[in-house]
Amino acid sequence: MSILNNKQFRDIASQLIVVMALVLFLWYITTNLMTNIDQRGITTGFDFFSNTAGFGISESPIFFDSESTYFRAFLVGLSNTLIVSVVGIFFATVIGVIIGVARLSKNYLISSLATIYVEFFRNIPILLQILFWYNVVLAALPNPRGSIELVFNSFLNNRGLYVPKAIFENGFLIIFISIIIAIAIAIFISKKAKKKFEETGKETKVLPIILLVLIGIPLFVYNITGGGLSFDNPHLRGFNFIGGMNFSPEFLALTFALSIYTATYISEAVRSGIEAVPKGQKEAAASLGLTPNKSLMLVVLPQAIRISIPPIINQYLNLVKNSSLATAIGYPELVTVFSGTVLNQTGQAIEIIMVTMAVYLTISLSISMLLNYVNKKMEIKGR
Amino acid sequence: MAIYEVKNARPAPTGSKGIFRWILNNLLATPLDVAITFLGLAFIFWVIPPFINWAIIDATFIGQTKADCTGGGACWVFISQKLSMFIYGFYPEDQVYRVNIVFALFFVFIGLFKFVGKSFLQKVIILSVYPIISYILISGGYFGLEAIDTSKWGGLMLTLVIASVGIIVSFPIGIILAFGRQSQLPIIRNLSIGYIEFIRGVPLITLLFMGSVVLPLFFPEGVDFDKLLRALIVITLFQAAYIAEVIRGGLQAIPKGQYEAADSLGLSYWKKMLLVILPQALKVSIPNLVGVSIALFKDTTLVLIIGLFDLLAMVHLTNSDSSWLGHDTEGYVFITFIYWFFCYALSRYSKVLEKKYNTDHR
Amino acid sequence: MSKNIIEIKNVNKWYGDFHVLKDINLNVKKGEIIVICGPSGSGKSTVTRCINYLETFQEGTINVNGTNLEDDVQKIQDVRSQVAMVFQHFELFPHLSILDNLTLAPMHVHGIPKKEAEATAMQYLQRVNIADQADKYPNQLSGGQKQRVAIARALCANPTIMLFDEPTSALDPEMINEVLDVMIELANEDKTMICVTHEMGFAKKVADRVIFMAEGQIIEENTPDEFFDNPQTDRLKEFLSQIIH
Repeated sequence: MSILNNKQFRDIASQLIVVMALVLFLWYITTNLMTNIDQRGITTGFDFFSNTAGFGISESPIFFDSESTYFRAFLVGLSNTLIVSVVGIFFATVIGVIIGVARLSKNYLISSLATIYVEFFRNIPILLQILFWYNVVLAALPNPRGSIELVFNSFLNNRGLYVPKAIFENGFLIIFISIIIAIAIAIFISKKAKKKFEETGKETKVLPIILLVLIGIPLFVYNITGGGLSFDNPHLRGFNFIGGMNFSPEFLALTFALSIYTATYISEAVRSGIEAVPKGQKEAAASLGLTPNKSLMLVVLPQAIRISIPPIINQYLNLVKNSSLATAIGYPELVTVFSGTVLNQTGQAIEIIMVTMAVYLTISLSISMLLNYVNKKMEIKGR
Repeated sequence: MAIYEVKNARPAPTGSKGIFRWILNNLLATPLDVAITFLGLAFIFWVIPPFINWAIIDATFIGQTKADCTGGGACWVFISQKLSMFIYGFYPEDQVYRVNIVFALFFVFIGLFKFVGKSFLQKVIILSVYPIISYILISGGYFGLEAIDTSKWGGLMLTLVIASVGIIVSFPIGIILAFGRQSQLPIIRNLSIGYIEFIRGVPLITLLFMGSVVLPLFFPEGVDFDKLLRALIVITLFQAAYIAEVIRGGLQAIPKGQYEAADSLGLSYWKKMLLVILPQALKVSIPNLVGVSIALFKDTTLVLIIGLFDLLAMVHLTNSDSSWLGHDTEGYVFITFIYWFFCYALSRYSKVLEKKYNTDHR
Repeated sequence: MSKNIIEIKNVNKWYGDFHVLKDINLNVKKGEIIVICGPSGSGKSTVTRCINYLETFQEGTINVNGTNLEDDVQKIQDVRSQVAMVFQHFELFPHLSILDNLTLAPMHVHGIPKKEAEATAMQYLQRVNIADQADKYPNQLSGGQKQRVAIARALCANPTIMLFDEPTSALDPEMINEVLDVMIELANEDKTMICVTHEMGFAKKVADRVIFMAEGQIIEENTPDEFFDNPQTDRLKEFLSQIIH
């Protein structure tokens, strides 16, 4: 038998060929890269991070001005990405769960509306949705002078959303402690109720009590100490608002679009999770005498969640990736600031794009690990 | 002991059918239901009539310039005036007929699909003439056709070019990647996994940036990379990773017994994969394959950011035309319907394909 | 004289336009063992599932131990706490342990304290010979074991009436007997049982009456011996010739 037919030889040989081809390709690219870099006088290395940026950024959770370094610009972009992602994920989940449940409703009107929502927003490109919100809806808002007034002293106009800003002073420590105590009491109460149920079979309605404790205690403490928390209300001065917190139109457009779009996929995950629970499970629960509510809580949802959570977490990752489309409307997240402005100024495309990709890869790796952890925890034990 | 006489079927009593009972059961069953139905109806009446007013009743459909739009509603004149830009981009007007031929040929080839060639593979090979013809027609430079530079391609035509090239070329690459990922050979498997996880972990826009800015640096000075070509390469390599994941799912659904049966029949690796495993995997993967294709169609909009003028970019551009200021909405609404229509049609087509090819798997 | 514990009078059911149950009349006395058999689509499962209101019906009445079945939540709860069902596909809750499967309903429906519920559960698990699996999860058990657990779960509710919907149809042949043995034991106590099954041996051993249904109606009913040895209608003769030997 010639050596060419030997399986081991063929395996090793084919891998060797692939590796050699790859190495050749990389060598080709790298030499060209080196030549081009030389010829065009492009600087290399990561030193540029400590250079002064020389530009401003329209919104940032940390301090930034034109004297700050490129590294700080990178941090600003990164934090804006994280902020818009977290907010987007929150709203996408809330909307997605509501729509998902609505689709399963026996009320034909509600389930149809939910279906229309999903089929409509899912089939329109996310970038188009972002541009639509930004250029059509938000641009149509009135000037600051004619702002739409909302609850809690907030205002909506074409410069964005203005809300009161909470200022935490020294006295707030007491309130903070009272919040911790309230949470501890709430946990204690629910543990006590569970014990009582197991011992006597009697159920107590804990939810109202817990809500009362969580909200009431800090509120009570706030009222007697009266300090620690004040609000800086936005108010109109001249042609614009000062004070308060501002959410720019860019941020709003991005958040709305990302939430509404991602919610369609989350709602589908919720719906298929619940539908995947076999009909027989609900029947068995019913025939045992469980009320529809109890059946939902004890039998259906535990099984549905196990099915829904992996795709939902996947959608969170998609939302984070889609936040990069902020470039189209100038919201200063990572890609806009770093792969955009900084890249244009320094010309060090390779390093910058590599770092940007590394950031996203880290985020997606973390989310994957989170997913694996959650999956392991929730596994339905089988043989 | 008892014997019963045979009874005939009766029609159902009318109280249990009929539209009033349906409304009662499905919309007004409980007090909560009534409230929700009421809210739902209120929402519909709040949204639909104003939109219909704007889009149809008060709208202007006929005219030439902005001045003709007097109704206060939508100015669809804007769309009709700019329509050729939306569809053809900057393609020279006198050459537009070439693009129209390509559009028409598409339907011809779809119709021919049933009748040419005997096996699926033969059909594919014969019909791959279409892309070649399309390329010659659109880009020109051969057979006396005027060469049209890709910078003039734009609008819906460009979107369709990017989407079709992306979907078609990524397919075989994705299959190979999927095989690689399943391979027993560690180097090949790890390279495939590395590639797929890398692509899936980063946003497409960063890859497009990389293609725009970094890719030219990898090749010697003289090689001039057409902007569109760079985008096509990136999008194809991007989509290939997602196709690979879909096919991997399909491959995993194939029972181990199929592999074993093929092996015991003496089929070589490639014969086994191409004749036995892959056809089954593809059938099972149809819904997801269409799903990622729809996603690609939507992703073509990202080329706006790197300076290519797809359909979305054309609307964006024409919005800044000073003779039509203030009519952004019409443009966006118009292409919203175009994109929605394509994506929705594709997703319906997926259901049709599923039914048609669902011969054995239940 | 024993009263009727179940009274089914002139029950008719339609699925849309399809007449699925035609004029069903059936009275069951307390402690009776009824076996219902017939070809698939005959409505035998449907009529059984009407008894615990998993299926509704458009015409007729069903009275279970004094309560009329209708769209009243309280009445449905009342009936379901006296009627237990064993399903063809077991329908154990996969995310709960065997023990938790059994204590779920006693704790959350009848308000029985956990310790007591667990003691009762272990008792019934012993009865069906599966107490050693109490801490396992359903997917770790074989089909026969799962069905025995399902029976124990049904018993934990202390039902007066037990419904069996083709309990052995989904089992491998070698596991059928372990389940039938449990059912035969139950039949020898004073539980009222209604079994939809093809297991003729079981019917002959314990049934008080065997009922034959086809095309949505009851065709013939008789004692087991007469039913199998002396079928009166052609339809039953045809059916028996198809399933025996």
